[in-house]
Amino acid sequence: MIQEKISKANNEALNKIVSAQPTLMGIGKALDDIPGMTEKTFLHAGPPVTWENMSGPLRGAIIGGLIYEGLASNEEDAIKLAESGEITFDSCHHHNAVGPMAGVVTPSMPVWILKNKAFGNYAYCTLNEGLGKVLRYGAYSEEVIERLNWIQNSLGPVLRDALTLAGEIDLKTMVAQVIQMGDDGHNRNKAGTSLLIRELAPYIVKTNYTDEVKSEVLKFMHKNDHFFLNITMPVCKCTMDPLEDIKYSTLVYTMARNGTEFGVRVAGLGNRWFTAPAEVIDGLYFPGYTMEDANRDIGDSCITETTGIGGFAMAGAPAIVQFVGGTPSDALNYTMSMYEITEGESGSYKIPSLDFRGTPTGIDIQKVIDTGIRPIINTGIAHKNPGVGQVGAGLVRPPMKCFEDALEAYVNMLEEEGLF
Amino acid sequence: MNKINELFNKEISVINMGLESFYTDLKKQDVKAIHVDWRPPAGGNKKMASLLSRLK
Repeated sequence: MIQEKISKANNEALNKIVSAQPTLMGIGKALDDIPGMTEKTFLHAGPPVTWENMSGPLRGAIIGGLIYEGLASNEEDAIKLAESGEITFDSCHHHNAVGPMAGVVTPSMPVWILKNKAFGNYAYCTLNEGLGKVLRYGAYSEEVIERLNWIQNSLGPVLRDALTLAGEIDLKTMVAQVIQMGDDGHNRNKAGTSLLIRELAPYIVKTNYTDEVKSEVLKFMHKNDHFFLNITMPVCKCTMDPLEDIKYSTLVYTMARNGTEFGVRVAGLGNRWFTAPAEVIDGLYFPGYTMEDANRDIGDSCITETTGIGGFAMAGAPAIVQFVGGTPSDALNYTMSMYEITEGESGSYKIPSLDFRGTPTGIDIQKVIDTGIRPIINTGIAHKNPGVGQVGAGLVRPPMKCFEDALEAYVNMLEEEGLF
Repeated sequence: MNKINELFNKEISVINMGLESFYTDLKKQDVKAIHVDWRPPAGGNKKMASLLSRLK
């Protein structure tokens, strides 16, 4: 009887994933559009964490965010304000949002607005800043703040106006295309960025900004291969959120890291987080940096793997190994092993080299524990100290403890309901 | 004993489960062998195996 209930619930959860209709609606402002934002609310990646327990890169991004918002004029003032308790820190996931790496979202930031038209829910994400010295990797120097201001005053408004002219964009089809063009949707976003430019350029040129501003916007998107990441992430977020509270489902609907802890949420267990210390990443480091410099795993971007792309789709993105390490055979093996721990396959995101097989979709905590195979995640690596930025990229897995604790809580829940 | 001797006098095909080194040693000796990547349920974690069994 229990098995039947679980099977039915997991089937419903998988159907919700595959029938999602993520759609780009426009660009808004975090304060105005993200539910529950206030002028003193700062969102961050991963499960909730206090200032005291925040990792270096997350602290760096908070410091940068406070300077960007004009709430502090320097590092010292920013730290005092963060310690004062005056700022509300909360997980992006509690506000229908996701953020790559430190994932800090502050009230003035422009955000992509996405809607899952199959279920009516929304998701939000900031605009990608590029690689290297950027806020999301914990850097907060003058160039970082200047870029954030440019994003707020130029990039955001131009894209907002272009999208108003373009109308809604079907992102499910676009992500399906990019998976077939060699992107994994997490650390390889060349195809996605290119398709987005192709989609928006005709409308960008029609906006009422100077040619110089429009050219700067197009150049910024063109030189940032990760620009589309901040679209795939909310695509996945709005795809997975409808799974919350599917009674008896053992599928994972959130995986996220705050740089201190890794957190997992399971459909049948509502919004409860199962956390454990995040792991250090095995990867390729930029010249001059080693694993000693690395912060623990950080960011909401593994919402892509939760949805069945990212590391789960690496078989279709062999070139990604030049960025995260390993060989194309490893990439193929990672995808094949993920079929062992998932409920089914995507009906839309398909890998040509696997005879157009759908990507492994719907991580089942039962299968993770039974097989001992943990989800594979490809990811960027932030320096452990605030203010430095990105130092590499690599591969990582969630701690098994998150899945073990979730399974125990799940069995306890069934016991309390008298189902044994 | 006779049956075992009989077995080893024939060409044998081996399915190896568990330690992969047994398989690689056989392959080096040109014995037909395949390796099954098998682990005990829940990696041998009794508590987890017991929790899983309650859901079956």
